[in-house]
Amino acid sequence: MNILIKNGRVIDPANKIDGLLDVFIQDDKISKVAKDIKLCAETVIEAAGKIVVPGIIDMHVHLREPGREDKETVASATAAAAKGGVTTVLAMPNTQPAIDSPGSVELLQDIINKTAKINVQICGTLTKGRLGQEPSDIAALKRAGACAFSDDGSSVDEASVMLAALNQIKSAGLLAICHCEDKKLSGKGVINLGFNSTRLGLRGISNVSEYKRIQRDIELAEQSGCPVHIAHVSCRESVEIIAQAKKKGIKVSAETAPHYFALTEDELLGYDTNMKMNPPLRSKEDLAAIRQGLADGTIDVIASDHAPHTENEKDIEFERAEFGVVGLETELSVSITELINNQVLDWSGLIQKFCVNPARILGLARGCLSVGSWADVVVISEQSSWTVDKRGLVSKSRNSAFLGRSLKGLVDYTICNGAIVYRR
Amino acid sequence: MQWTKKDLLGLEYLSPEEIELILDTAESFKEVSTREIKKVPALRGKTAVNLFYEPSTRTRVSFEVAAKRLSADVINIAAETSSVRKGETLIDTGKNIQALKADIVIMRHSCSGAANMLARSLDISVVNAGDGWHEHPTQALLDIFTLKEKLGKIKGLNVAIVGDIAHSRVARSNIWGLTKLGAKVTLCAPEILLPPGIETTGAKTSSNIDEVLKNADAVNVLRMQFERDEGAAFPQQLDYFKKFGITEERLSRVKKEIIIMHPGPINRGIEMSSGVADGDQSVILEQVTNGIAVRMAVLFLVSQAKEAKS
Repeated sequence: MNILIKNGRVIDPANKIDGLLDVFIQDDKISKVAKDIKLCAETVIEAAGKIVVPGIIDMHVHLREPGREDKETVASATAAAAKGGVTTVLAMPNTQPAIDSPGSVELLQDIINKTAKINVQICGTLTKGRLGQEPSDIAALKRAGACAFSDDGSSVDEASVMLAALNQIKSAGLLAICHCEDKKLSGKGVINLGFNSTRLGLRGISNVSEYKRIQRDIELAEQSGCPVHIAHVSCRESVEIIAQAKKKGIKVSAETAPHYFALTEDELLGYDTNMKMNPPLRSKEDLAAIRQGLADGTIDVIASDHAPHTENEKDIEFERAEFGVVGLETELSVSITELINNQVLDWSGLIQKFCVNPARILGLARGCLSVGSWADVVVISEQSSWTVDKRGLVSKSRNSAFLGRSLKGLVDYTICNGAIVYRR
Repeated sequence: MQWTKKDLLGLEYLSPEEIELILDTAESFKEVSTREIKKVPALRGKTAVNLFYEPSTRTRVSFEVAAKRLSADVINIAAETSSVRKGETLIDTGKNIQALKADIVIMRHSCSGAANMLARSLDISVVNAGDGWHEHPTQALLDIFTLKEKLGKIKGLNVAIVGDIAHSRVARSNIWGLTKLGAKVTLCAPEILLPPGIETTGAKTSSNIDEVLKNADAVNVLRMQFERDEGAAFPQQLDYFKKFGITEERLSRVKKEIIIMHPGPINRGIEMSSGVADGDQSVILEQVTNGIAVRMAVLFLVSQAKEAKS
């Protein structure tokens, strides 16, 4: 099947393209990007006034399957992703069972083959059972199909275990993704430590519990030579430490999530459990540093940290509610609203964070519109407004931090491997 | 000034005028408890439910007495004997109470923000009887009422709050209430028991009790809970009493009379000596009496607001 996308503003920073062009898709590949393509196509998408970009690669997604299909499934999460302009996700391994063995990778791969609507890459665990005691068999997980490794949700406390895992990942030529949190410091905290935790009477989580562990993981990255990717960066000291490490030439990349550049701890004043995530929403100064880090390139990637939870797990006392928010359906719109419209990033910069850098970091031949590459393309109405409504969400869970908010930017079409997987 | 809120969740959420209105209303209700027949029909036909997820005797009984003196019917639910033990959520429990056509839920809960959540989920009134470390508004209101009764005003007073500020809902409610009414508040505690950013409220902090007493018109002494599991940094009992305990000896070194308050129950010999607790400067039992008037005022005002709306 052929698709012709006509007259859109095509933004493809990997090929330094930003202009009014047509895109021709033949079967599952990009076949031509040029002005006034005269080829015939079964489907013609009129994209005048619209933005045409590569599909988003979201490096941080909790699909919850296998094990917690009440929260989310591969089918529901990938449908939500398609609606949000996401064509590839990296599935975090903290499922039940955890993705820590070739058997569990194959189990997940089988579910993906049968039910996924977009590309799903698999992240294996750093340690067996995510217990932080013994490194996973990285080579075996790689053979089974894992492309990165993380104990996301927990940090590996024991430095020697982390180093052993990094050495194996380095040999495998793959990537470690670090959830950086010193649990001895964050303890039973539920929101950012400061005046707000004081006035709300809630236990606080300090910045130091995050950045101290980032510091350690960077030191271990330097020692092992293994590339590390720092997940969900939320505070100013972390940005500074990562910038210094990059200057030294250490192989480190970093990601943040839309809530860390869109929302602050002031959202917690009504005890809204949809504002409860780990790391927590931080101060205005931290938010400014995250934006600066995105603008100056210290932070390479925007990822959703999509973390679905049922209403039963969220609609309870704040301290008892689960950490985490959904994000696949809002990450692009929040980024347009907060970053493009506030001139933190231009479109080319945003596509770097969503497509080009994740593809480079994960070693995927995607994230661009090069002729011959996989046809993952999104068509966006840039300034169309919409209001985030619980009932409108496709994800099985509705724990969005942006409910009721008016956002800019709507996805009109999501094309994955040459097939239209979402149409507004 | 008209009361418009269906709930009382905390003093942070009230204006100075709203606090004054509660105090004035309490003033007029105080006389009821001195009558031979201690009852007025203000809430006749209304049902108040005491929903207590944490053990409490004095606050629960005080609310019960207050509601009964207003002629309301009172039902007590203790969480350990209710369907909460069968796994019912707080919101479901609240909706069931609402379905019984109760008018007011008075809740004590160990989680901060529990009253805010319940109030959002229900149409009936919610009165916070203490939530986690967050607020205990009626305790602070009765403290302020007592102070005003003793000293004639709140504006310009120097009030010290001594003890475990970090884990105290009584401290937080007092800080909001007193600062809104123009008092100067000084928090006195070991560094480890002062929560981050607390000065943002306008309160000052100190670790020197003798200095603080020199300037104080009144001191509110918090209950120390040494059983708390908050790590090794928590002070030791004897050490605490030596550095921060309120004793006759300490008070005798201060030139003027200071009013001594305590939310109870007192740990004699831990945060204050027996002599101070029972001494002339202590108003601890008057606080208990005033608690009834203040809670009558709160129950009356929230149900008035509810009626005005419907």
